[in-house]
Amino acid sequence: MVEPLIKVVNLSAYFDDSCVLRNLNMEIYKNEILGIIGPANSGKTTFLRALNRLNCLHANYHQKGKILLEGKDIREMKDSILRKKIGIVFALPQILPMTIYENVAYGPKVHGLKKRKQLDSIVEEALKKAYLWEEVKDRLHTSANKLSGGQQQRLCIARVLAVEPEVILYDEPCSGLDPISTAKIEEAMRELRKNYTQILVTNNTKQAARVTQRCAFFLMGELIESNTTSILFTSPKDKRTDDYIRGRFG
Amino acid sequence: MSPKLQRIKESILEFFIKASGVLIILFVILIFLFLLKDSLFFFNSYSLKEFLTQGKWLPISEPPIFGIIPLLLGSIYVTFFAIIICVPLGIGCAMFIAEVAPSFLKNILKSFIEILAAIPSVVLGFIGIVWLGPLVKRIFSIPTGMCGFTGSILLAFMALPTIISISEDALRSVPYTYKEAAFGLGATRWQALWRVVLPAASSGIIAAIMLGIGRVIGETMVVMMVTGNSPVIPSSILEPLRTLTATIASEMGETVRGGLHYFALFSVGLILFIITFIINFLADLFLHRSKK
Amino acid sequence: MKFDAKTREKLAFFILGMIALIIILPIIGVIAYIIKNGATALTWEFLAQPPRNGMKEGGIFPAIIGTIYLILGTMVFSLPLGILAAIYLVEYARENWLTRTIKLAIINLSGVPSIVYGLFGFAMFVIFLKFGTSILAGSLTLAIMSLPVIITATKEALEAVPKSFREISLSLGATRWQTIRYCVLPYSLPGILTGTVLALSRAAGETAPILFTVAAFYLPRLPRSIFDQAMTLPYHLYVISTQIPNMPLSLSFATALVLIVLVFLMNLLSIILRAYFRKKKLW
Repeated sequence: MVEPLIKVVNLSAYFDDSCVLRNLNMEIYKNEILGIIGPANSGKTTFLRALNRLNCLHANYHQKGKILLEGKDIREMKDSILRKKIGIVFALPQILPMTIYENVAYGPKVHGLKKRKQLDSIVEEALKKAYLWEEVKDRLHTSANKLSGGQQQRLCIARVLAVEPEVILYDEPCSGLDPISTAKIEEAMRELRKNYTQILVTNNTKQAARVTQRCAFFLMGELIESNTTSILFTSPKDKRTDDYIRGRFG
Repeated sequence: MSPKLQRIKESILEFFIKASGVLIILFVILIFLFLLKDSLFFFNSYSLKEFLTQGKWLPISEPPIFGIIPLLLGSIYVTFFAIIICVPLGIGCAMFIAEVAPSFLKNILKSFIEILAAIPSVVLGFIGIVWLGPLVKRIFSIPTGMCGFTGSILLAFMALPTIISISEDALRSVPYTYKEAAFGLGATRWQALWRVVLPAASSGIIAAIMLGIGRVIGETMVVMMVTGNSPVIPSSILEPLRTLTATIASEMGETVRGGLHYFALFSVGLILFIITFIINFLADLFLHRSKK
Repeated sequence: MKFDAKTREKLAFFILGMIALIIILPIIGVIAYIIKNGATALTWEFLAQPPRNGMKEGGIFPAIIGTIYLILGTMVFSLPLGILAAIYLVEYARENWLTRTIKLAIINLSGVPSIVYGLFGFAMFVIFLKFGTSILAGSLTLAIMSLPVIITATKEALEAVPKSFREISLSLGATRWQTIRYCVLPYSLPGILTGTVLALSRAAGETAPILFTVAAFYLPRLPRSIFDQAMTLPYHLYVISTQIPNMPLSLSFATALVLIVLVFLMNLLSIILRAYFRKKKLW
């Protein structure tokens, strides 16, 4: 039995008095792509952001239960170290108003890397893994604003890869993108499996079917069921899962 | 830099940041304490009741009389007349800018208001001495133009930028739906402005007036140069008078440090501080209400 | 002519327009009046020479220098403190009584009369800290007076930076300070700069706070250290208009002209900065 990379134990999350996640128990294994599916407001994003403690930026957030990364409670780690290990790609491409190079180099720089040669090679590596290098290698020092939506989102993936995380979280990353960009990102995710653990929150069940190995279905703050993707999609145990996947609601 | 050193450096920096925030409170307390300390010296030797109720301010008589009433009345008089002038003008101008003027005119007007706000008070005082004072003297046929009225006019202009900009903000932040409702009922733009927008912006406008009052009461140079410097209870605005602010400014140089007169001026400063504290506090409450 | 609602509107708007005119005309008049009467005496000698013969002849050079020293001193003391305090309020402070008290303190500092600042500066810096009447005491007094403006301008500049920048930076593992330093401050510098120039232009024209803390009636030499007194433009104008009998008016007007030109140039600088940075819109 393989030890899970991340173990979520009895996690409940609240914004002021309203409960967004209820008694969540889950395990995430190394090098898998885990999909989180479910209708809107099920707590998928809250769950994702709880993993790298981004929810704590909101003053009215509090949670119960614990999350263990490699056996250690994440609350005992420094936020900056945790977020280096667990990176996140947001739904809308969020770029910084800098050049492409500087966007990608931002992470390594704040973690102390100064040597130009090292940064150059890290930036190139990250952009290649994100399947963006070919398209931008001649204009690294131009503004990132000029990229298309799909390119910007891949830039965000490269930005995360540059800090060499262990886990990459994706919060509906393809929601605003055209099919070609989406395909490129899914291709990148498959390649990244070799070296990274990935968790993908998506509203698109077909995307989950294409890309993930395991899938978890969230509904109204609760984990209804999780299983290997093919089993979850063909013979789910819970009727609600079945209804959602078949599109009877959502 | 090693991570540990980096963390120590950041902790020190964050300490200074937090300290800076707290320092601001400290400054207010310090100002109050320094004024209080020297005022207490004064009230050790002079009755507080007499200070507050005596109708004469004669610091160099034998024995000296320190009654704040003439100064307080001087300040109130000058402020009252200044407010009568600048409130209608200011609110009217704010209405014009917010609702009537086409946009190129709006920008020109706002630039002029900024120019007015930038003119130093000593320059306005100078204008009062060389031009406005003699003009007032001629128009009203009074013995000297250095009187409360001249001061009021200049003070009104000094307070205008404050009143105009805050009132204009208040008018602009009235939700468009209010105006829409009025138009829907057939109102003209003026009727909508006068009957709906203006009352809706009343909290902000009251705050603007209060801040204008605070500005006027606290002004020193203009009143010192132009209102005649006569610390007696004024019987009309066309006579010389003396305000709280001008008293401190003009008499401080003539006092002996550590003497009774010296401490008396700190007591006047304390009264000023308390008055403007209350006005600003109330104005801020009104501004908060208008933003809800 | 019917006195109906439409006519009433025209009349009302006309009156409002007249009100605006009543306000604008004197502003133009005052400035034109000063220019007209002061321009003739505004020679190079006037700007470069010290006053002679009891201020009735000569120039205002030491006053200009003194004012410049004060502006620099005020900036040195108020800028770091103001920026740090604003950073605290925007990036670190939580909604509690301490934060509310700080905000209240800022409002009060901005409402304190300038002469009370002068009294405080005298009691605290000149007497208590024993700095004497000096550029140091005057700068410190003006610096505390300028704090509210700088803090407010910096606060607005920091708040204008999109929240997403902070989130991105933190999510990549940067600390809070690193986020401020690399992702927020660089993009708020324009607003901070504009606000600072504005605050300093106000400080340059103030007379009451410097009456007892730094201003000298006449100094034979230029100030040589921060512990020296200094002549300043506002105080000089005050003195020559109220204390010197038979003062040639053209010199007084010229002094007033120099003062408003200085203040207006600084204001203009802040407006130009604001427009320049607005054009370079980064997001």
